[in-house]
Amino acid sequence: MLSPAEIEARLERVLLTVQKPGRYVGGELHSVVKDWDSVAVRMAFVFPDIYDIGVSNLGLQILYDLVNARPDALAERAYLPWLDMEAKMRANGIPLYSLESKRALADFDLIGFSLPYETLYTNVLNALDLAGLPLRSAERDDSHPLVIAGGHACFNPEPMADFIDAFVIGEGEEVIHEILDAVQRVKSQSSKVGDVRPSTFNREKLLRELARLPGVYVPRFYDVAYFDDGTIRAVTPTLPDAPSVILKRMVARLPPPPTRFLVPNIDIVHNRLAIEIMRGCTRGCRFCHAGMITRPVRERSVDEIVAAAEAAVRATGLEELALLSLSSSDYTPILDLVTAIGEQFAGRHLTVSLPSLRIDTVSVDLMERLKDRRAGGFTLAPEAASERMRRIINKFIPDEQILAAAREIFARGWTTLKLYFMIGHPSETLEDVQAIADLCKRVLAEGRRALGGRAKLHAGVSTFIPKPHTPFQWAAMDTEAQIRLKQDLLKRQLRDRSIKLSWTEPEETLLEAWLSRGDRRLGAVILAAWRNGAKFDAWGDQLRFDAWTSAFAACGLDPAFYTHRPRRPDERFPWDHISSGVRKKYLLEDYRRSLAGEIRADCRENCYACGILPAFADERRAHPGLYWKCPEVKSPKKPALSDSAVGDSSFAT
Amino acid sequence: MRLRITFAKTGPLRYIGHLDLHKIWERTLRRAGLPLAYSQGFHPQPKIQIAAALPLGFVGREEIVDVWLETDDSPPPALDSIQAAAPPGLTLLSVTPVAERAPALQTQVVAAEYRVVLLEAGAGSGLERKAADLLAKESLPRQRRGKSYDLRPLIQALEWQGDSLRMILSAAEGATGRPEEVLDELGIPVENTRIERVRLILKPAIE
Ligand code: SF4
Repeated sequence: MLSPAEIEARLERVLLTVQKPGRYVGGELHSVVKDWDSVAVRMAFVFPDIYDIGVSNLGLQILYDLVNARPDALAERAYLPWLDMEAKMRANGIPLYSLESKRALADFDLIGFSLPYETLYTNVLNALDLAGLPLRSAERDDSHPLVIAGGHACFNPEPMADFIDAFVIGEGEEVIHEILDAVQRVKSQSSKVGDVRPSTFNREKLLRELARLPGVYVPRFYDVAYFDDGTIRAVTPTLPDAPSVILKRMVARLPPPPTRFLVPNIDIVHNRLAIEIMRGCTRGCRFCHAGMITRPVRERSVDEIVAAAEAAVRATGLEELALLSLSSSDYTPILDLVTAIGEQFAGRHLTVSLPSLRIDTVSVDLMERLKDRRAGGFTLAPEAASERMRRIINKFIPDEQILAAAREIFARGWTTLKLYFMIGHPSETLEDVQAIADLCKRVLAEGRRALGGRAKLHAGVSTFIPKPHTPFQWAAMDTEAQIRLKQDLLKRQLRDRSIKLSWTEPEETLLEAWLSRGDRRLGAVILAAWRNGAKFDAWGDQLRFDAWTSAFAACGLDPAFYTHRPRRPDERFPWDHISSGVRKKYLLEDYRRSLAGEIRADCRENCYACGILPAFADERRAHPGLYWKCPEVKSPKKPALSDSAVGDSSFAT
Repeated sequence: MRLRITFAKTGPLRYIGHLDLHKIWERTLRRAGLPLAYSQGFHPQPKIQIAAALPLGFVGREEIVDVWLETDDSPPPALDSIQAAAPPGLTLLSVTPVAERAPALQTQVVAAEYRVVLLEAGAGSGLERKAADLLAKESLPRQRRGKSYDLRPLIQALEWQGDSLRMILSAAEGATGRPEEVLDELGIPVENTRIERVRLILKPAIE
């Protein structure tokens, strides 16, 4: 293994021959370089895409701070090198290294991958390979670091089960400490005096300990049995201590938001501060993965947010602040927050963004208050344009409301309105797609009335994927031909100099769908695709669809099995042993309501008993009051298993 | 108030380009709590002028930047308070107020001194001779982006110092010599070197 000094010497010879070498040197303000020998546990966080995308990831920033706040541990970072740098690293024998101390990743005790979306999977393999580590969990031994992963994609961990030793399901702020403690415990028991490799630990023992931690899934301790038709018969723990259902972790009270953000020295994708104003969403849009897996809603106070924003602006000097949540308008004191932020930062050259606003004129007022001298575009997400579709997806916004908001937006001087739609919702027809084109034209007409030829419309059209853990998980998705037909309709209809139409290529959507719905057998496909040269699959222009189709063929699997097949109500999904807290029975019932065109209002007003409260009754009891948007729990404690056993088939109809 | 700051750009900042350095200065001064002056208009920009762009990969030992603040309070801000807000690799050397109407910094640079460290062992042998030979020439005709020019008059000094090459190259507008070009004449591949800009030489101030 190369020493940090050797790695640095080799880097010096290649850095000036690659694009943007600033990606590969670290040294950002607020990066933490601790004395390697002063701590017991060393962790490397990897965001499996390039620096420009990974460095602003909020989840990693949170965990980086938490680990480095411990006196007994250190956290460093690595990102994937871009193609030019990867070639140089391989040619010069430079392993994947951490930016802080230029240590080879293989020197760390554990490596934690952030997996917010599925199209990063081949990059994980590439990272392990660049680090010189065996790709498959089963091939790694006591001398190798532990490899863990977390993030939204891990709510279906099965496709990556061959490669990741342990998955964190849900929020990581508490469980990261439990994992580090376990590593430290096992390490101190197994290191022998005179060990050549000081990081050696008893892997089997550590994995057994981890499997006992709530919210941690160690796939090697679960057997998967299939029916003849390829669907799952059962997922069975092989250890007495391993739970049959892994309930996600959820932090009852959000810890203080990070303020000492890494300040990159080069221009990156999101050069901004990000403060979560709340976590979770009660809207219940039926296609929305994030909305279902991040419940319950927990809101930070205006005071906490403003104080954190102030501290972060002072600590970083950054020019942009994003107030993040899945649905900003639903943050209860949104008006107070916007007013307070506006007052606090008036005249300080800070641009504030507030994404995910509800489509109404109140939102226009909110944005007006935040608007700095830079007026960019205004973004709204109607998602569907016909009344029937809006009922099916449970995002019901009448045309008149959208047009009124558009009128107001253009009247107040925004020249570009961005509208997000999704095609391919269950039972969608070409008429429903036509409605998207019609609505776009009517919105643009509003703009022209106010601004003439200056008014612009940007229609962003993505394609629906029936994501795990959502009410639509039983639905089949559109085939490539259906998607193209719908996209062609929009391209024909929205040919206008003032309209910019963007869409997701069907191949990108299909790949994401296979990876998000896959079972454990997909591990072989991912490995084969990577060997065929697949990487950076999330970059449209890098996606090599043929590498994937031939990988499926080589593994004898039909990708359509995962995506284009309607599901029996009692089908056991590959992810059923992972629980978001929302009951499968509830999701199925909501799917049925969807097919009947029934809307469900925001559950803040009326709890529908989705399963969150029984799953997290203790947490709710310990944290009463309005911080959570679920009702309070008064009843005495019930045995948890019957409430959270999402995977049982007793609801089958 | 217009401040002239001299600074070193080293370590990780060696790999940071000119535009990014602008941003780094803007953020450093914002963190230091100084009231940066911004331009008017739709996209207000802070008034920050860097004397001369330092090529990516060069270490800067004594670079210069002028910044404008929306205050005339004297005394000027303390060096330590700005240093405390600077990222690793940015080291302040001096902070002095200059006349508001002093000429733009970029127009004042006439030359720059460089130090070139050779990364390959033994690469320095015979360099003393080679440098002398180069200086003895009347002209060094070269091409840069399709245009021919003479490098020789742009070289004001060149000598092998036992562990590194020292050179002073003209850096006026339209007459800028580049260390890579001199290295090329000496037959040294640029990737085998580490180049430092030791200092910028300004026109003498006219009182
Ligand atoms: S428990 Fe009730 S209020 Fe809470 S998220 Fe579920 S449905 Fe909504």
